[in-house]
Amino acid sequence: MSNATLSQKRPSTLRAASLPKWFGWAVAAGSVALGLGISTVAGLDSSIQWALIAGLLFIVGTFGIAARVEGKRQAKDRVATSLVWVAFLFAVIPLASLVYETVKRGVKVLDGYFLSHSMGVVATSEPGGGIYHAILGTLEQVGLAAAISVPVGVLTAIYLVEYGRGNLAKAVTFFVDVMTGIPSIVAGLFVLSTWILVLGMGPSGFAGAMALTILMLPVVVRSTEEMLKLVPNELREASLALGVPKWRTILKVVLPTAIGGITTGVMLAVARIAGETAPVLLLVWGSNYINANPFADPQASLPMYIYLQFQQSGGSGAAYDRAWAASLTLIAFIMILNLAARGIAHWKAPKSGR
Amino acid sequence: MAKRIDVSGLNAYYSSFRAIEDISMTVEPRTVTAFIGPSGCGKSTFLRTLNRMHEVTSGGRVEGKVMLDDEDLYGPGVDPVSVRREVGMVFQRPNPFPTMSIYDNVAAGLKLVGTKKKSELDDVVEKSLKGANLWNEVKDRLNKPGSGLSGGQQQRLCIARAIAVEPKVLLMDEPCSALDPISTLAIEDLIGELKERFTIVIVTHNMQQAARVSDRTAFFNLAAVGQPGKLIEIDDTARIFSNPSVQATEDYISGRFG
Ligand SMILES: Nc1ncnc2c1ncn2[C@@H]1O[C@H](COP(=O)(O)OP(=O)(O)OP(=O)(O)O)[C@@H](O)[C@H]1O
Ligand SMILES: [Mg+2]
Repeated sequence: MSNATLSQKRPSTLRAASLPKWFGWAVAAGSVALGLGISTVAGLDSSIQWALIAGLLFIVGTFGIAARVEGKRQAKDRVATSLVWVAFLFAVIPLASLVYETVKRGVKVLDGYFLSHSMGVVATSEPGGGIYHAILGTLEQVGLAAAISVPVGVLTAIYLVEYGRGNLAKAVTFFVDVMTGIPSIVAGLFVLSTWILVLGMGPSGFAGAMALTILMLPVVVRSTEEMLKLVPNELREASLALGVPKWRTILKVVLPTAIGGITTGVMLAVARIAGETAPVLLLVWGSNYINANPFADPQASLPMYIYLQFQQSGGSGAAYDRAWAASLTLIAFIMILNLAARGIAHWKAPKSGR
Repeated sequence: MAKRIDVSGLNAYYSSFRAIEDISMTVEPRTVTAFIGPSGCGKSTFLRTLNRMHEVTSGGRVEGKVMLDDEDLYGPGVDPVSVRREVGMVFQRPNPFPTMSIYDNVAAGLKLVGTKKKSELDDVVEKSLKGANLWNEVKDRLNKPGSGLSGGQQQRLCIARAIAVEPKVLLMDEPCSALDPISTLAIEDLIGELKERFTIVIVTHNMQQAARVSDRTAFFNLAAVGQPGKLIEIDDTARIFSNPSVQATEDYISGRFG
């Protein structure tokens, strides 16, 4: 008896019927077509409705066909995979369309002139003008907020991880957690009531920066804390055992090991506060003129500029165009910060290569 | 250079748990002393009391006396940082600083406390790497990261880092347990050379290793889990392995334990 006949008699337990590679695509195409068909017949005109129907059909169809051909277990596996894909698509579509929309509308007036001029002599309904004053304001307010909250936040995290024992550390952790949940408008009102109403100071970029600090600080503390906890204890012990004092161990061994992650955390925190509107509206007031001094008089900022252009446009297309261009600038700014953070994290990460 | 260690009535605690009880022993300068004993009997804990690393653990507390020549490590006003300069340590798992190059790893101890002169550092790095038998393998890539070395090389790098600060005593906690037989032999040879200059204490689970490298051997044991570990006996290695005076030692060495 030959081997061939033997293997025919006993079917392999390892190999089973399997669907071709293009199966997933075919089902996807089929369900999109069906989804479109059903919606036209039923007279549903929203694209969200047909997309939902198609998504549902895709999952049910995958399971049904795969269960028939490949068996239950493989079908479940395929359904799990397609669920992930569908969820991914639903998450990515709004994001991609937001970026697309902003770029499409934003590039209209975004040029060198727009970036280097203020709104000083331009009425909101007229074309022209720019966002130089808003960029300057955002950079100064965010810069000030970062200049305060990065050292304070990093030192707090060092205290919590390296020194903190007992009740003080618990209290600090608790308050940091509470601070994480403070809505930005509340932070703004808090600074408004103390700095402006009680102490009688006028609106300024610095007042806004203080509110932004309240928002940024807990994020910096939390992320730095997590990064410091990731540094293996063995490294601290190795350094201490060499007779290096604790503070130098932290400075020269612990911080450099964690610096990549700490930078990423700080950049993300900056990105978060760069888009804040509410506290800036309350405390910096906004201005159409260039004010380079963050410690006196109202300033502009990018998110507030966008808001005011929309609000005061009076239906003028020029104001809308400027708002979109400013949005694009803000998104680009945050994107650049994120890329920089990734770059630094990659560059500073502990090296393992030969 | 090398110094004598004289321990008397030493107890070490983790919070309220007493990990070792009433240990007294003398370690002569320029000798190798091996600590053996079952897992959990407090060898590492005892070793770490010898350079005040025990108190780095939260809740760590020590009672008793550890004399280094004629100074009590636990005396009033003694700075643990200066103790650790005199008594260096090599850990079970190689732990080079991941952000530093091979050169910086060896120079770390000196750099982190202030010596900055390049020519001086160069000399120390070369001498220490030669002392750790690693120089020939790394002399062409001193500026590459230390974590790119093999496990055995990393452990020798850690030894070079420890001897670069010229301690008087070198403590090693199972330095070969993560290494292959060849790297182990390299480190055992190294220990033989280092004892010319340092007092060495080594913890090991490997009886042959204890027999090969040490002059004196101390056997630790604990009555039961949750009980503190005790020093059962310390004697010349040859005697411990041929004719120990306590039955438990013989049982442990011959594998008739537990
Ligand atoms: N950080 C710690 N906190 C609390 N108890 C600890 C700590 N480290 C060790 N112990 C306890 O102290 C006792 C002695 O531990 P130690 O690590 O010194 O044992 P060992 O002899 O080195 O064991 P091994 O041979 O497995 O390394 C054990 O009971 C252990 O559970
Ligand atoms: Mg141990």
